[in-house]
Amino acid sequence: METLIVILVGILVSIGTYLILSKQLLRIVLGASIVSHAVNLLIITSGGLKKGSAPLLGEREVGFADALPQALILTAIVINFAVTALVLVLCYRAYQHFRTDDMEQLRGHENE
Amino acid sequence: MVPFYAFIFLPFIFAIIVPFLYKYLNRQIHTGWFVLLVPLSIFIYLLLYIPSVAAGETYRYTLPWIPTLEINLTSYLDGLSLLFGLLISGVGALVILYSIFYMSKEREALHNFYVYLLMFMGAMLGVVFSDHLLVFYGFWELTSVSSFLLISYWYERRSSRQGALKAMLITVFGGFGMLAGFIMLILMADTYSIRELIANLDVIQNHELFLPAMLCVLVGAFTKSAQFPFSIWLPDAMEAPTPVSSYLHSATMVKAGIYLVARMTPIFGGSSVWFWLVAGVGLITLLYGSLTAIRQTDLKALLAYSTISQLGLIMCLLGVGSLAVYFGPGESGTVFTVATFAALFHLFNHSTFKGSLFMVVGIIDHETGRRDIRFLGGLMQVMPITFTIALISGLSMAGLPPFNGFLSKEMFFGAVNEVSQAGIFGLGSIGVGFPIIAWVASIFTFVYCMIFIFKTFGGRFRPEKLTREVHEAPLGMLISPLVLGALVILIFFFPNVLGKLILTPALTAVLPMMDVTPYDLKISAWHGLNLELLMTFSVIIFGLLLFKTAKRWIVALRGFPQGLMLSHWFNRGIEGTEKLSGSLTNRYMTGSLRHYLIYIFSFFVLLLLSSLLGLYGLHFDFSQDAPIGFFEAGLVIAMIIAAITVLMAGNRIIAIVALGAMGYMISMFFVIFRAPDLALTQMVVETVTTVLFLLCFYHLPKLKKNIERISFKLTNVIISLAMGLTVSLLALSANGHKLFEPITAFFENAYELAGAKNIVNAILVDFRGFDTLLEISVLTIAGLGVYLLVHQRVKRRESNETE
Repeated sequence: METLIVILVGILVSIGTYLILSKQLLRIVLGASIVSHAVNLLIITSGGLKKGSAPLLGEREVGFADALPQALILTAIVINFAVTALVLVLCYRAYQHFRTDDMEQLRGHENE
Repeated sequence: MVPFYAFIFLPFIFAIIVPFLYKYLNRQIHTGWFVLLVPLSIFIYLLLYIPSVAAGETYRYTLPWIPTLEINLTSYLDGLSLLFGLLISGVGALVILYSIFYMSKEREALHNFYVYLLMFMGAMLGVVFSDHLLVFYGFWELTSVSSFLLISYWYERRSSRQGALKAMLITVFGGFGMLAGFIMLILMADTYSIRELIANLDVIQNHELFLPAMLCVLVGAFTKSAQFPFSIWLPDAMEAPTPVSSYLHSATMVKAGIYLVARMTPIFGGSSVWFWLVAGVGLITLLYGSLTAIRQTDLKALLAYSTISQLGLIMCLLGVGSLAVYFGPGESGTVFTVATFAALFHLFNHSTFKGSLFMVVGIIDHETGRRDIRFLGGLMQVMPITFTIALISGLSMAGLPPFNGFLSKEMFFGAVNEVSQAGIFGLGSIGVGFPIIAWVASIFTFVYCMIFIFKTFGGRFRPEKLTREVHEAPLGMLISPLVLGALVILIFFFPNVLGKLILTPALTAVLPMMDVTPYDLKISAWHGLNLELLMTFSVIIFGLLLFKTAKRWIVALRGFPQGLMLSHWFNRGIEGTEKLSGSLTNRYMTGSLRHYLIYIFSFFVLLLLSSLLGLYGLHFDFSQDAPIGFFEAGLVIAMIIAAITVLMAGNRIIAIVALGAMGYMISMFFVIFRAPDLALTQMVVETVTTVLFLLCFYHLPKLKKNIERISFKLTNVIISLAMGLTVSLLALSANGHKLFEPITAFFENAYELAGAKNIVNAILVDFRGFDTLLEISVLTIAGLGVYLLVHQRVKRRESNETE
C-alpha cells in the first residue's frame, strides 16, 4: 500500500510541477494545489498506513494509527487553504490590473 | 574597577541622551557644551593614573560579558594605553570645543554629529584599553563604522559618500585581515589575552602560523594607519567636517594602526620580516606622502598627505625600534629602544601640531569660504593669531627649533643613521638607503610646510577671490589651536617632563624586556655638532632652495598622469566590480517566475538525488507494506485520471471540478487511513476552495491551449518527471530506513497529559498549542490580505466613478 501511494505521490508531483512551470497563472494555482495534495499524502504515508484504529482514546486501548502526521496534515490543510485563497485573489487582482495572466508578460522590469 | 568602566563607557552612555539634549536645549545652548564634559572628565580621570603608571604600575580590570565563551571586557591599563587614552580624551575635548564654534547651531544636524563622535570616542578608548583580542577587534571595527558615519556626515554630497565608502571598504578589509591574524594567534597560544600572548612567546615564535599571523595583523595596521599602498582612503576622508579630520584622521583613529604595531612589537618584534615590513613600508609611505603633499592645492588634501607621510615616519621608527627586541638588553639594544621612544614622542608631537594645523585650515575655510591655495594669500594681515598658530605648528612639522617637531625629527635621523650601521637582516649594503630616503623625504616635508604657511598667509591679499568678508576667527575657535600650539613650544623646552611621566611608561609597555635608564631616554635639543644636526641644516637649505624655485617644477608634479595614481585604479576597480556583479545578477535574475522555479526545482532534484545516490541512501523495504485493497486501488487510479484531467483540461470548469474531485478523493484516503479529523477538515476545506476557485475563475480569462514551443514543453516535462522521481525515491528510501522508534507513543497518553481523548486534537491544541496559535495568525493575515485586495478594488472603482 505504501509503495502504491508513494508512486501516486510521484505522479501527482510530476503533474503539479509541470503545471507550475507553465506560463498561465491559473495553471500555476492548479499545480500548486495538486502538489499540496501530494505532500499531504506523503506525510501520512511516512507514518505507516493501516497500522491501527483511528487515534481516538476510548474506542480501543492499544494500536492506533500514527497521530503525529495527522496533526501535521491538519495544520497543512488549513495553511494551504489560506495560501490558495490569497493567491487566487492575487491572481484576480493582477489580471484586473494588467489585463493579462501570462507570467512572461507579468515579469518584473529592470531597476524596479 | 567600577569608576574605570564608568569612564570608559561614558561616551556610549552619554550618546544616548545627546538627541534629547539637542531636541530640548539646543536652541538655548549649543549641544557641544554638554558633550564637551565627556572627554574632559575622562581626561581628568586618566590624568590621575599618571603618577602610579609612571612609577611602573599597571592595572587590569575584568568585566564579565559572555563568560561562557570566555569573552570578557578585560581591560589593561599600562603606559601605552594611557598615552593613547590621554590623546583620545585630550584632543577629543579640544576638538569638541572647537566644533562648538565650527558647527553651526542652527544649520547642522548636531545630534547626529555628536552621537557619531561619541561613538567613535568610546570605540577608540575600547581599542586602546582592551586586552581581549576579540573585544579589541570589535571596537576596532566600530571605529571604522563611526569614521564612515562621520565622513559621510554631509551625506547629500556625492563626494562625501564616496569618500566614506572608500574609507570603510579599505579599513574594514584590513580589519578582517587583522581578525584572521588574531584567530591564528589565539590558536597558537590558546588564549584571548594580549598579556598572555606576550607571556607565551616561545610557543608563538616557533609556530608555523607565526608568519601568516604577522602578515594578517600588519594588513590591519597598515590599512588603518593609511600606509602605502592603502593610504588612498585618507585624502578622500577629508570630506568630513574639519573637526572630524582633525580628530579622527590625524590625531587618533589613524594612529590605531600604530598602536597595534606597538602592542604587537613584543610578539613579532625581532623578526626580520617584521622589521622590513614595518620600517620599509613606513619609509616608503613617508616619501610618498611628502612628495604627493607638495602637489596638492587643497589645504586639507595637503594636510592629509602630510598625515600619511608622518604616520609613515612613526611606523618606520617603530620598525627600527623593533630591532631592540633582536639585540636584547645591551648597548645596541638601547640605541634602538631610543628609536621606539622617538616613535612615541613623535606620535604625541604629531597630534599636537597636526591637530592645530587642521583647526587652522578649518578656520580659513570657515572665514574665507576657500581652502585652495590658488585663491588664498596674504591672510597674515587679517588673521594674525591664526597665522601665528600656523607658523608655530607648521615649523614644528618642518622640524625646526624651537618646536617639538625638531626634537623628534632629530631623534628620527639618529635612528635611521643607526640602522644603516646595524649590519643585520641584510642591512649591510642597503642600510644606507634609510638615512638617504629619510633625508629626501624631510626636504619635501620642509617644502610642503613652507607652501602651507606662506602660500596661505604670505604674499598678496586678494579679497576679490574669496567669497566672504575675511576677519579673524572668533576667540572660541582659536582656543583649541592655541592650546595645541602652546604645547608645541612647551614640549620643546620641557620635553623630559612628558618623557618621564608618559612616554617612558609607554615605552616599557612596548619593549618590556629592555631595561633602560632614564639617562638613555633624556631628550635634549643640543647634542653637539653631529650628523643629525647637519642633516637638519642641509634639509633647511635644500628645502628653501626648492621652495624658492617651486613655481618651475611644481607644475610638472601636478601634471602627474592620472593613470599612475593608485586612487584612480581603486575607483576603476570598484566601478568594474559593480558592473560585473550587475551584469552577472541580471543574467540569472530575469524577473521570470518560471526561471526561478526552474532553479529551485533543479537544485532540489540535483541535491537530493545526488546525496541519495552518493551516500548510498537508496534502500527499499517493502516487507512492512500494508495490503492493497480493491477499493484503494480504484481510488489511486481515479486520482491519476483526475490529475491528468486537470493537466489536459481545455476548459476551466472541467479543471476545477477535477481538482475538487481530487480533494474529495484525498478525504476518502484519509478515511481509509483512519484519520477521521483529516477527512472532515479536508471535506470542508475542499468545498470552500472549490467555491472560491469558481468565484475567481468567473473573472479570470479562459484556459488557453498550450501553444508553447516544443523546447519549452520538453524542459517542463523533464523537470517535472525528475521531481516526481526524486520525491518517490526519497519517500521509498525513507520507508526503507526506520532508524528510530516513532515518538507517537508519548502523545498516546493524551488523556493523562492533556485530558483529551482525541489524540490529534490534543496535539494541536495542547502539545503544540503555539503552532496552532501561529497557524491561526497566518489564517488571519491571509484573510486580511484577501479582504484588502478585494476591498481596494471597490474603493478605486468608486474613486474612478467620482472623477
